[in-house]
Amino acid sequence: MNRRDPLQAPRPVMIGLLLVAVAYLGVMLMLPLAAVFVEALRNGWEAAREAIVEPDALAAIRLTLTVAAISVPCNLVFGVASAWLIAKHDFRGKELLLTLIDLPFSVSPVVAGLIYILIYGAHGWFGPWLEAHGITVVFATPGIVMATIFVTFPFVTRELVPLMIAQGRAEEEAALSLGASGWQTFTRVTLPNIRWGLLYGVLLTNARAMGEFGAVSVVSGHIRGETNTMPLHVEVLYNEYNFVAAFSVAALLALLALVTLILKSYLEWHHRDALAASGH
Amino acid sequence: MTSRAMGRPAMRILPGFSLTMGLTVTWLSLIVLIPLSAVFIRSFGQGFDHFIEVGFSARALASYRVTFGAAAIAALINSVFGLLITWVLVRYQFPGRQLLNAVIDLPFALPTAVAGIALTAIYADTGWLGAPLAKLGIPVAYHPQGIVVAMTFIGLPFIVRTVEPVLADLGRDIEEAAITLGAKRWQTFTRVILPEITPALVTGAALAFARGVGEYGSVIFIAGNMPMISEISPLLIITQLEQYDYEGAAAIAVVMLLISFTMLLVINRIQEFNRRRAGL
Repeated sequence: MNRRDPLQAPRPVMIGLLLVAVAYLGVMLMLPLAAVFVEALRNGWEAAREAIVEPDALAAIRLTLTVAAISVPCNLVFGVASAWLIAKHDFRGKELLLTLIDLPFSVSPVVAGLIYILIYGAHGWFGPWLEAHGITVVFATPGIVMATIFVTFPFVTRELVPLMIAQGRAEEEAALSLGASGWQTFTRVTLPNIRWGLLYGVLLTNARAMGEFGAVSVVSGHIRGETNTMPLHVEVLYNEYNFVAAFSVAALLALLALVTLILKSYLEWHHRDALAASGH
Repeated sequence: MTSRAMGRPAMRILPGFSLTMGLTVTWLSLIVLIPLSAVFIRSFGQGFDHFIEVGFSARALASYRVTFGAAAIAALINSVFGLLITWVLVRYQFPGRQLLNAVIDLPFALPTAVAGIALTAIYADTGWLGAPLAKLGIPVAYHPQGIVVAMTFIGLPFIVRTVEPVLADLGRDIEEAAITLGAKRWQTFTRVILPEITPALVTGAALAFARGVGEYGSVIFIAGNMPMISEISPLLIITQLEQYDYEGAAAIAVVMLLISFTMLLVINRIQEFNRRRAGL
C-alpha cells in the first residue's frame, strides 16, 4: 500500500482549498468574462454584428489597430536596445536606469494622459507653438500614440533583461572573436536566443496597447468616429445606454484578451526553457 | 580574455554601448522623464497656495481616502485568496491546473473598460450577483463597495505571480524537519512557510495596491462617482482638466505620485531585504 506523503494535507482539506480557489476565480474572474458575451448576445447575433460593422465602430477598430501598429514597434526597438544595454554592459547607475524604466507601471494611466496635455495641450508648454504650425497632438492620433507608448513602456525591457542576463555574454563574445560584426552578432546570436521572450513581451505590450483606457481617454477628446479607440467607443455607447452595442464591441476586446492568454499559455508551455529566466 | 582570466568581469567587450545608451536615455527622457517632470512643475504654476487649495481640498482629501482605502481593502482580500490560490496551484496536482493558471492572468489581458462594464452589469441591483446581494441589504454597484470589487478584480494576478516563484522554490526539507520534530501541519504553515513567503506576499500586495490606486477604467463604471463618497482621485483629475484647471489637475496628480513613489521605495526596500536574507 502507498504511504501518504507526510507533507500532503488530508484529502478533505485539499479538496476544500481547491474548491475555494476555483469558486473565487470563477466568481471574481470568469463571471465578468461570461457577462460580456451574454450581454453582447442579449438581442441575438445579428444585433451584435451590426454594432461592430457600424461606421463609428469600424473607425474605432481602425484607430486601435493603427495606434498599436505604431506604439508596439517603438517599444520593441526601445525594449531590445535597453535590454542589450543593461544585460550586456557594465556601467554605473544601472539600477537607477531600471527603476526609471519601470516608472510608468507605478503611474496612474490618467496621470499618463495628463502629462501629455500639460506639454502639448492648448494651454501646455508647446501648445501655442504647435498651434501656430498647424500640428495637433492632443485630441488626435499622435497624442493617443504617445500616451499608449508611455503605459506600455516597460513591458519588453522587463521581459528581456532577466533572460539576457541569465544567458550571459559568452556566445556573443565568441561570435565577435571569430570575426562577426556587432550587428551580425546581434541578429545571428542574440536575437535567436531571445526570440520567444521577445514575442512574450510584444504580446503583453500589444494587449495593453489595444485595451488602454485611462491614458487614452484623457488625450483623445472623445471625437466620435475620429479619435475614439475601441475601449473609448465602448464607453461612449455605454453612456448612451446602448448596452448591447457597448458589450458587442467589448466582446471583441474580450476575444483579443482570450487570444492573448492562449498564446501566452502556449509560449509558457512549449518554450518554458526559453522563457525560464524571466520567472514565468 | 585576460581580464576574464584575472577574475574580473569583462568590461565593454560587446559593442553597441554608446548606441543603445543614447537610444535608451533619449527615448526614456522624451516619453517618461520630461513629461513627468512637467506635472511637478505645472502643479506649482499658480503658486503654492493654489496647489494646497486644490490638492488638499475637502473633495480631494475625500477622494484620496476613497481611493487609497478601497485599494488597501482590495489588496487585503487578494492577499488572503491570492495566497490560497497560489498554494493550490503550486502544491496540488489536479486536472485543469493549467487552465486555472491561465485564468489568473485574465485581469492583465482584459481591457479595463471591458472589465468595468461587465462588473457593473453583474453587481447592479438587477445583475446576477447584485440582485441577491441587494436583497440581503448589501448594495455594490454605484457604492464605494463597487470600487473595492473592481480593484479586487484588477489586483489578483499581482499577488499570485509574485508569491508563486518563491513558494515553488521553497525547499521541502525544512517542512519535513518541522513535521519530524512533531509540528502540526498548521504550525508548519504559520511558523515555517509563512515567514519565508511573507516578503513576497507583501511585495505582491503593494503592487496590487499601487495598481488599484491608479486604476480608472474598471472603477468609474461601477463607482457611481459621487463627490465625497465614491469619487476616486484619477476621476477628480479629469474633472479638474475639464474645468481647464491644469494646475489643479497637476496638483492632485503630484499628491498621488508622491504617495505611489513612496510605496515603490518601500517595495524596493522589502525586495532588497529579501535578497539579503536569501544570501544573494
